[in-house]
Amino acid sequence: MNWSWDWNYAWSVLPSLGEGLVVTVEATVFGSLLAYVLGLVFALLRRSRFWLVRTIVWLFVEFVRSTPLLVQLFFLFFVLPDIGIRLSPLLTGVIGLGLHYATYTAEVYRAGIEGVPKGQWEAARALSLPRGRTWTAVILPQAIPRVLPALGNYTISMFKETPLLLTISVLDIVGAAYEVGSSSFRFVEPLTMAGILFLLLSYPSSLFVRWLERRFGIAH
Amino acid sequence: MFDNLTLFVSTIAKGLLLTVEATLGGIVIATVLSVVAGLAMLSPSVVVRVVARTYVEIWRGTSEVVQLLWIYFVLPILTGFQLVPLWAGITVLGLNFGAYGAEIVRGAVQAVPREQYEGCVALSLSPAQRMRRVILPQAFADMIPPFNNLFIQLLKGSALLTIITVPEITYQAREVLLIRHTDQTVLIFVLVLLFYLALSIVITVGMRLLERKAAARLGRRPAERTAFFAKVGQGSGVA
Repeated sequence: MNWSWDWNYAWSVLPSLGEGLVVTVEATVFGSLLAYVLGLVFALLRRSRFWLVRTIVWLFVEFVRSTPLLVQLFFLFFVLPDIGIRLSPLLTGVIGLGLHYATYTAEVYRAGIEGVPKGQWEAARALSLPRGRTWTAVILPQAIPRVLPALGNYTISMFKETPLLLTISVLDIVGAAYEVGSSSFRFVEPLTMAGILFLLLSYPSSLFVRWLERRFGIAH
Repeated sequence: MFDNLTLFVSTIAKGLLLTVEATLGGIVIATVLSVVAGLAMLSPSVVVRVVARTYVEIWRGTSEVVQLLWIYFVLPILTGFQLVPLWAGITVLGLNFGAYGAEIVRGAVQAVPREQYEGCVALSLSPAQRMRRVILPQAFADMIPPFNNLFIQLLKGSALLTIITVPEITYQAREVLLIRHTDQTVLIFVLVLLFYLALSIVITVGMRLLERKAAARLGRRPAERTAFFAKVGQGSGVA
């Protein structure tokens, strides 16, 4: 077997991987933001006064969590245009990632909200704060900082799942590596470089989140 | 709209066996690796610990898609040895989830109360006896719920095998059905999602039984009953 690693080629693929990296980061950042916001909405709706709302949200969350993100991405990618919504693949991917991870973050918020001592609710009542103010001024400011490390973990998970978007033709790092590889029939260097790039980004992020956990964390 | 329902269900079901095989194969490899690497991370030998840590961080730190493409496209070039797609998939699922599982094993062993170790020393049990008879049975009971989540993640991860052309459930829907029935996307994908939901319920039911058995063996009460779906869906607490 006479194959050898070609450094010139490995360096020459870096610019394409760099472009892919930008896409990966965009997808992760916007996907997480969507997941953070939607997750909070789900968590609050699960405490709604109306049992129908609670049940529907609960069923939706459990269904989405138990089924593969890849299939959900296909679903969005093929169904949205059918119902007249034309979005770019990247945007479709961001919505898919955000929606999927919102069902995880909803549980995180739930744990955070339930972790706020009962006395805080009672005090808010005693001061006759309206429901909205109780949430915004008392409960959430205490619940959210404690769940930040757990949210950070999901951002890292999402980062590692963004390469799924290549199946809906988004050129993230891995998509770019795959494309370069197929056009030159040399997969070893681009795919290996993509893997190393991933490791270089995700390992320090995990260390950072572990530090956050020690600093602010609650057991999740 | 439901005219083709039988056709759709039977076509998707053709991939069921492969999804189940990939998931079970992945679960077996992941479980073995979890125990080996998890215990290795607690070894007194620095070399063993470093090797186990390196495995865990590399397989957790790179994306499953990268790993899959790498094994499928790069490994044959480097070694001249081409894995059958299904086996490439099982290998990646096993290695990837084994890395996450190793942390579960390590955590559960470390969570066994200190006194249990001291008791073993007092009874002058050998380190091997201590692990086998005292520590692992207790740690095992604590590992089951997180492994339940991990196995459901693994099942969901098996959908990725579509990329390397394993004709499992997702492949059947996307490459076989979607091409001929472009107007029935919603129905096709909803059916696929229901298949996965059913499979994850099966995993949860199995793990529940195991959990009750393990608790009973230790003379503990089984863990508090939670709403059924609360278990089924518990997602990736892994990062």
